[in-house]
Amino acid sequence: MSGNIRLLSDTLAAAKSEGRSALIAYLPAGFPTVDGGIEAIKAVIDGGADVVEVGLPHSDPVLDGPVIQTADDIALRGGVRIADVMRTVREAHAATGKPILVMTYWNPIDRYGVERFTAELAEAGGAGCILPDLPVQESALWREHAEKHGLATVFVVAPSSKDERLAQITAAGTGFVYAASLMGVTGTRASVSNQAQDLVERTRATGTDLPVCVGLGVSNPAQAAEVARFADGVIVGSAFVKAMLDAPDDAAGVEAVRALAGDLAKGVRGQA
Amino acid sequence: MPSQFFIPDPEGQSPNPEGYFGAFGGKFIPEALVAAVDEVAVEYDKAKHDPEFAKELDDLLVNYTGRPSSLTEVPRFAEHAGGARIFLKREDLNHTGSHKINNVLGQALLTKRMGKTRVIAETGAGQHGVATATACALFGLECTIYMGEIDTQRQALNVARMRMLGAEVIAVKSGSRTLKDAINEAFRDWVANVDHTHYLFGTVAGPHPFPAMVRDFHRVIGVEARRQLLERAGRLPDAAVACVGGGSNAIGLFHAFIPDTDVRLIGCEPAGHGVETGEHAATLTAGEPGILHGSRSYVLQDDEGQITEPYSISAGLDYPGIGPEHSYLKDSGRGEYRAVTDDAAMQALRLLSRTEGIIPAIESAHALAGALEVGKELGKDGLIVVNLSGRGDKDMDTAARYFGLYDTDAEVAEDASGTAEIEGDAK
Repeated sequence: MSGNIRLLSDTLAAAKSEGRSALIAYLPAGFPTVDGGIEAIKAVIDGGADVVEVGLPHSDPVLDGPVIQTADDIALRGGVRIADVMRTVREAHAATGKPILVMTYWNPIDRYGVERFTAELAEAGGAGCILPDLPVQESALWREHAEKHGLATVFVVAPSSKDERLAQITAAGTGFVYAASLMGVTGTRASVSNQAQDLVERTRATGTDLPVCVGLGVSNPAQAAEVARFADGVIVGSAFVKAMLDAPDDAAGVEAVRALAGDLAKGVRGQA
Repeated sequence: MPSQFFIPDPEGQSPNPEGYFGAFGGKFIPEALVAAVDEVAVEYDKAKHDPEFAKELDDLLVNYTGRPSSLTEVPRFAEHAGGARIFLKREDLNHTGSHKINNVLGQALLTKRMGKTRVIAETGAGQHGVATATACALFGLECTIYMGEIDTQRQALNVARMRMLGAEVIAVKSGSRTLKDAINEAFRDWVANVDHTHYLFGTVAGPHPFPAMVRDFHRVIGVEARRQLLERAGRLPDAAVACVGGGSNAIGLFHAFIPDTDVRLIGCEPAGHGVETGEHAATLTAGEPGILHGSRSYVLQDDEGQITEPYSISAGLDYPGIGPEHSYLKDSGRGEYRAVTDDAAMQALRLLSRTEGIIPAIESAHALAGALEVGKELGKDGLIVVNLSGRGDKDMDTAARYFGLYDTDAEVAEDASGTAEIEGDAK
């Protein structure tokens, strides 16, 4: 069975044809529980998210701030396994029909086996992967298997990326390009960095057809609206996780992320 | 005149241009750090070929660090090693008390060349942190040191030293609260502040070029030891022995001996409470290849790539990874790696203290314990050089508790004497 890379591209294209940015939400699998995580993903899609990135919790999340570190700890203490991540993708996609990606550090895939991981993710209905610590020059094996199984390879670009590097990355990537709005780890920020728009413009200047979506630090509808003016997609992660961590119980957490997704969906439509 | 103390790998054959030693190494880093890591590689390559850089570093290594370090024969200690001759390479006598200063001064000069004003570093035992804080004081650089919370407690003296030197010390409370987590936090800082900050990495791990660059700055250890042994013992050793956490002091000792194929290169990993108990940090003995902190190497991990929590009584060896060149030496068979328990290391620490009047760091005591074994294997004709990578002042609280040396521990001491008995005591 082939993965849902085309569904991802079609979804982003549909948002564009509506004259708006797509809303892309991130939530870790197994947080607060595997089933609770699946409910949360369904809720953010119900609230208006177009695409969801499912985080594969890691013992050493070097690129994540305290909020996602806390969620990963909770998920790992709960015993989350790669099979649970696959089940999360399968059930979230089956229930909503939306494109579901996995976001993970490289070592879990390296250890699990690239062929095994890509085959299982495609079979679960996954659309692709974001691999923030797998740089393009180390990615040939992954891309070979991802292509074989119809999965997108979403690379991250950063404000520090030089133009020739952007060209190399956009040539190798598929699905979309993840533009990190600032230099730093995940987490909410008070304002959107002015580096974001410049990076989006430099990425587009490579001539790529890939949509360019902006993440890192975007947490509220006003920021989403601001980013939506220049990006094809707005990626929100820590704000969803924080809403769940701050909720008095799991049910309230699900309602909180549904409401936040609703507000952000207005933001990407310029209604914030 | 060629440099006497900064002696990078003259072959320039390893690693390959992508940073691989065989199957190990590489650059598994976030895109945000690619430009900065590339800059380090380019600047280091320029510096390596710049006689001015070598001259400046040589001057520091002689007049500030105190190189060359002594080579001390330890005959009373060696009586407990089957009578083999044992020499210690005295990196503990360097300024700041360990080998770490060799690398730190090199990278601090590089920081200046790159025009960066702030330095961050991780530290386990605090030796790398102290050396980094020292260099930052010397060069007027802003300095932040990340240290696992558990390590700030067991190495409190070094925390005080770093703060005395003007560094900010941040106790890291995530994960296992040890060296691995300090590195995680330092990477998070670097991603956010890379425009003006250099990450002065303290071991031969991390993304290319760090494993090769840090090795080059420590290569002097083995170059000196080799020359000193030829002068003093008239021949090359049968074995070069060093402790291995991330592997910097070991690669420093080993590297000059790699072409001498009759010299066994023996790394001593921390077995903690015993490899079979699961409470250890013996990465090459019990790990599998994987990615940690920017390169492919052996890693202590579970079947799904989650890093497992290491344990060692020694904060400096308490790390679930290892430099990629050691993984290469292991797989190629050129290096041998064995595991040494907490207890064996502590016995060796006391034995060296009482037979030779040298109190080693607990890290280095792992190498001493390994040398006792190797000596017995070699017999009385054996010749061994051990890297005494650091001095034990910082470990006196841990050692005093272990052996019951505080007056208030009198009853504990009675108790502990049964398990802490060593042959050297009787003499």
